Amino acid sequence: MGSDGSPDCEETIERLYIYLDGELTEERRVAIQAHLDDCSPCLDAYDFEAELRRVIAMKCRDHVPESLLARVRRALEDEERRAGSGA
Amino acid sequence: MPQALGRVGVVADRSRFSELAMEHMPALYTAALRMTRNAADAEDLVQETFLKAYRSFDRFEEGTNLKAWLYRILTNTFINSYRSAKRRPEKADVEDVEDLYLYRRLADLRAGELGRSAEEEVLDHITDDEVKRAIESLPEAFRIAVLLADVEGFSYKEIAEITEVPIGTVMSRIHRGRRALQKALTDYAATRGLVGSAGTGR
Repeated sequence: MGSDGSPDCEETIERLYIYLDGELTEERRVAIQAHLDDCSPCLDAYDFEAELRRVIAMKCRDHVPESLLARVRRALEDEERRAGSGA
Repeated sequence: MPQALGRVGVVADRSRFSELAMEHMPALYTAALRMTRNAADAEDLVQETFLKAYRSFDRFEEGTNLKAWLYRILTNTFINSYRSAKRRPEKADVEDVEDLYLYRRLADLRAGELGRSAEEEVLDHITDDEVKRAIESLPEAFRIAVLLADVEGFSYKEIAEITEVPIGTVMSRIHRGRRALQKALTDYAATRGLVGSAGTGR
C-alpha cells in the first residue's frame, strides 16, 4: 500500500488476475487502474497477461465434426418423436 | 469476453431447444475434449449433455444463462460418468511457481536486450496444440476451473454454480490452475528455445 492509500506494485500484481477477471470491487478496480496508468512495468505485465489470456482462449478451439452435429440432431429428433407418441 | 445469454419464453419451449442450444455446441465440444482428452468420449459426452438438457428443458428458468446451464449439465455428466477410473491426484503442484511465471521468464530475455517484442514473439509462437496439451495436463478440478474462466469467460459466481463448489474454492482452483498452466506453457516454450532456461524456474 502506498502512503496515500493507493496500491503499490506488489499489491497490483497480486490482484492483477482478479482485475483481469473483472471481479474486483469498483473501488479496488479504480485504484488498480490508476496504478497501471502511472506504472509502466506493471502495465507491461498487465498487457502481457491480457494478451496471454486472449491467446489461450483463441488457441483452444476445436472444430465440431459434421458427424457429431448430425448425430445430436438425430438423437434430439428421436427423443422428440418418442415424447410425442408416448404422450 | 462475450457471453451469450440464452433467453427463452416464460415457459421454456422444447420445440425451441435445438434452435437455442445448438449454437453452444462448439464451446461445449471444446470443453468436452479438454475434459475427456479424447474425441470419442467427447462426442458421447456432448450428445448425452444435449439429450439430458432437452429432457429437462422445461425446468430451465426463463431469463437465466442457457450456456451456463448447459455447462452445468456437461460438467456433472463428465464427473459422474466420464472421468477416468484412475484419476490423477487432485493436486496442482505449483508451490514454487510464482504469479506471472511466463512473463518473468521472459524478463531474462528482455535483460538480454531482445526487447519488448520477445514477449509478443513467444505468444505468437505458442501453438494451438501446446495450449490444448497444457490445459489437458492440469489435474481435473483445476482444468475445469481454468477452462470455464479463461476459455469460456464465465464469472466466479457462474463457475461456482456450474461446478457446485463455493466461490472461494473456485478462486483457489483458478489461481493454482493458471500457475500450473503457465508452467506448462513455459516448459513447452523452453523446449523450443523460445524462453531462457526455464529449468531454473523449478
